Amino acid sequence: MATVIIPTPLRKFTNNTARLEVKGDTIEQTVNELTVNFPDLKKHLLDEKGEIRSFVNIFVGDEDIRDLQQGKTPIKENTVISIVPAIAGGTSDVTFSKEELARYNRHIIIPEFGIEAQKKLKAAKVLVVGSGGLGSPVLLYLAAAGVGNIGIIDFDVVDDSNLQRQVLFGIDEIGKPKVEAAKRRLEALNPHINITLYNTQLTSANALDIIKQYDVVADGTDNFPTRYLVNDASVLAGKPNVYASIFQFEGQVSVFNYTNKDGELGPNYRDLYPTPPPPGLVPSCAEGGVLGVLPGIIGSLQALEVIKVVTGIGDVLSGRFFIFDALTFETRTFKIASRKDSAPITQLIDYEQFCGMKAVEKPIKEITPRELYDWQVQGEKFQLIDVREPHEYDIVNIGAELIPLATVSANVDKIDVDKKVVVHCKMGGRSAKAIRELEEKFGLKNLYNLKGGILGYIDEVQPELTKY
Amino acid sequence: MISISEEAEQIMNEDAISSFPNECCGFFYGTEDEQGHRQVTKVLVVNNSKEGDQRKRFEISPKDYLNAERYADELELQLLGVYHSHPNHPAIPSEHDRVAAQPYFSYIIISVNESEVQDLRSWRLNEEFKFNEEQIKHKLLNQ
Repeated sequence: MATVIIPTPLRKFTNNTARLEVKGDTIEQTVNELTVNFPDLKKHLLDEKGEIRSFVNIFVGDEDIRDLQQGKTPIKENTVISIVPAIAGGTSDVTFSKEELARYNRHIIIPEFGIEAQKKLKAAKVLVVGSGGLGSPVLLYLAAAGVGNIGIIDFDVVDDSNLQRQVLFGIDEIGKPKVEAAKRRLEALNPHINITLYNTQLTSANALDIIKQYDVVADGTDNFPTRYLVNDASVLAGKPNVYASIFQFEGQVSVFNYTNKDGELGPNYRDLYPTPPPPGLVPSCAEGGVLGVLPGIIGSLQALEVIKVVTGIGDVLSGRFFIFDALTFETRTFKIASRKDSAPITQLIDYEQFCGMKAVEKPIKEITPRELYDWQVQGEKFQLIDVREPHEYDIVNIGAELIPLATVSANVDKIDVDKKVVVHCKMGGRSAKAIRELEEKFGLKNLYNLKGGILGYIDEVQPELTKY
Repeated sequence: MISISEEAEQIMNEDAISSFPNECCGFFYGTEDEQGHRQVTKVLVVNNSKEGDQRKRFEISPKDYLNAERYADELELQLLGVYHSHPNHPAIPSEHDRVAAQPYFSYIIISVNESEVQDLRSWRLNEEFKFNEEQIKHKLLNQ
């Protein structure tokens, strides 16, 4: 027989009695006896399995039974047993302001989605690798959907030739870092989310440190070295990798390294392609081109899979590989499985060496229109070459020697080797290509790209000339 | 219906502001009449014993709870409930509050920012283990 002290909140179930004499040799027996005498107490003391609820503490004298023998703790005559409710709580991890609830209303009213899925989106941390053709729709839709924490990694700057497909950017952002332009655009779209920027290249040195801070990775890279790096780092960090890629008229989507509800781990990119294709076999978008709307379609599917991975809604595209052919409008979904023979990924390697190609083209020397003007005024010795087409040269030129891009290698003997050479085109893209070609083939080191091309020169130096 | 004396409310509000950005917590005492109308007249400030991030969580140690029950006997008042603050969050119970909530107790939640109390609301657990809001009759005169 022991004395049980009932806490205030439970006394309404014991006829307002604070102290009860209860029989029993152990705590279990005493609690059972108590719930037999006062059945309404049961659901407040015991869980569905009949065990003492985690929010109920039981003390024998001054000691918690968790430090004694739990339910088996013996009870002596005249022992004082105190039932002590755990008093705890706190702020909800995820709450929504009135503005957010209004913003996400069309999600919340979907019965299968609701506020719980929206909370998961807000709590989620998603890293988007690359903010180009695929990254643009992925970032726009994830930000719009209310993914609470988005990381963006990209080292590139916005180029006019990007705007044909990279709908995150406009002409005012040309020449600016993509991550910064992306942040401004996304914050204007959704002020309720956090955006973290990495204005750098993802490398074997930084990949794990960055990826481990996120729940999901969305790979929108345009080259094999970075694709293998993202894959291997995601596997090592244990994060799902929502993959997409595009080339000319074809797009691909899959979800790699995804652990399903039964705890089964799905395949990763190396289960599909253990080794990269030979260098040069598969050109990049910059070399092979891409239909501008294709990354819009495929990146939207990628954003969809990110949202499904985060919220746990629907069947995630894990163990399956989706292909879309824009020309025939045919889609195919293949089953893919983990390879039993593949070597486990244990560390990050040199992926440029592994793939036999550079992840990033190396930077070239540049000169601004203002600096070029200074050279002209100061009588600096240099050669000026225009790599545009003859009909463009006829519209407007600044006295350069015309060698169209397609003919630069054939005309290398016309290019000075003993003084500086400034190369220009209309806006700077073709002249950069010409410089890379000449540097790689002939080892020239005296080439400078005119930033912004002839249009930049007209704007800054000779506004009276004709623009086209 | 619950009434809170000016003095009791002031003590809870001051605790919420001085604990910011952490959550504060404590007990309150008073009487309950036959219609179930509660009058809060006394407050006991208690340490937040949560290990870890106290900006989002609070916990009261079993020892402090037992003392709080004894204090009710000394005062000859009823232990009516628990108060805690939600720094930079609305005075609405979270899931964390609900799972640990006890029947009978009033749960006063104070929404607070770095300089002032934004809102103070009271909640009671119902039979389905869900919270119902309890109407507050403010500014009871000091007795």
